[in-house]
Amino acid sequence: MPTRTEVLETLQDEFTGVTASEFRGQTRVVVKAADLFAVLESLKNDFAFDLLVDITCVDYLQYRDATDRFGLVYLLANTQTAERITVRVMLNEPELTVASAAPLWEGANWLEREVFDMFGIRFDGHPDLRRILLPEEFTAHPLRKDYPLQGRGERHNFSVITRGEA
Amino acid sequence: MAIELPENVVVSKLDELASWCRKNSLWPMPFATACCGIELMATGASRHDLARFGAEVFRFSPRQCDLMIVAGRVVMKMLPVLQRIWQQMHEPKWCISMGACASTGGVFDTYCVVQGIDRFIPVDMYVPGCPPRPEQLIQSIIDLQDKIQREGTITGDEFNTPQRQQRKRALLELPILGQTPYFSKT
Repeated sequence: MPTRTEVLETLQDEFTGVTASEFRGQTRVVVKAADLFAVLESLKNDFAFDLLVDITCVDYLQYRDATDRFGLVYLLANTQTAERITVRVMLNEPELTVASAAPLWEGANWLEREVFDMFGIRFDGHPDLRRILLPEEFTAHPLRKDYPLQGRGERHNFSVITRGEA
Repeated sequence: MAIELPENVVVSKLDELASWCRKNSLWPMPFATACCGIELMATGASRHDLARFGAEVFRFSPRQCDLMIVAGRVVMKMLPVLQRIWQQMHEPKWCISMGACASTGGVFDTYCVVQGIDRFIPVDMYVPGCPPRPEQLIQSIIDLQDKIQREGTITGDEFNTPQRQQRKRALLELPILGQTPYFSKT
């Protein structure tokens, strides 16, 4: 059973630009977008992180001391040892495309669709990258920080039914 | 002119008779999308007993209903469904907007929540509250019954008056963050 330090050392040996940190017992790894799929594959196959808990994203626009725009976050868990690891990829416009994790975990399908819906990050190799929550005709990605909280009038964009028409 | 009538005959207007029949057998269509729906269920259940006011028969088919109770927030994905169900209901029909969210959007002043269903469908009664107590909903149904009795006609002409035809609220009155001066000064 590889220990946490072994996992991190192996990752840092195999891939360049991997930074690992720990905070209150939580392990975090920041990888480059090009290495993402290989890192996830290695974590799944070599280190038995067999459960993809969540894929989510953070928009660091106007965040203090932030250098990158988006932080794409993968939360993995090992169901044998209950170990958890956080894999983070920093993304900047216009290269908002990463490899899809759907070939590794089936559950990534809808999680990636949600990230695409809310943040506009595209996943290469995703079997069906459509919006999952918002209507198809929605054009914006509303969890981006430059999208106004009250929208751009989408909520007003309906026909009005009066008594006479009904 | 005097007409002899037996004692068991009551003279009324046909409009009032029709309204009396309609108001005492309202069939609600529960459009319950959020926590107001729980209060709506409580209103129909035994403790509050909506049957006392003749409106206990909740039907989930719009073809059988004449009172739509919109209970809860309506998001922009749900609004076309709401409009279609409203159009599928037969005349005469009424609408109660139950709770703060259905009436104004409530605390959900966000991109996807419709800021009051009265912008897009006609509403007869508004019930304030978050969520309203069953007593408030019952009071609104009693008030709606009064309104039906007061205005109702057998032909439904009261729905075609200019006041009822008007759009209730302007669509663009709400300030939008970053685009209107109301917000840009902060």
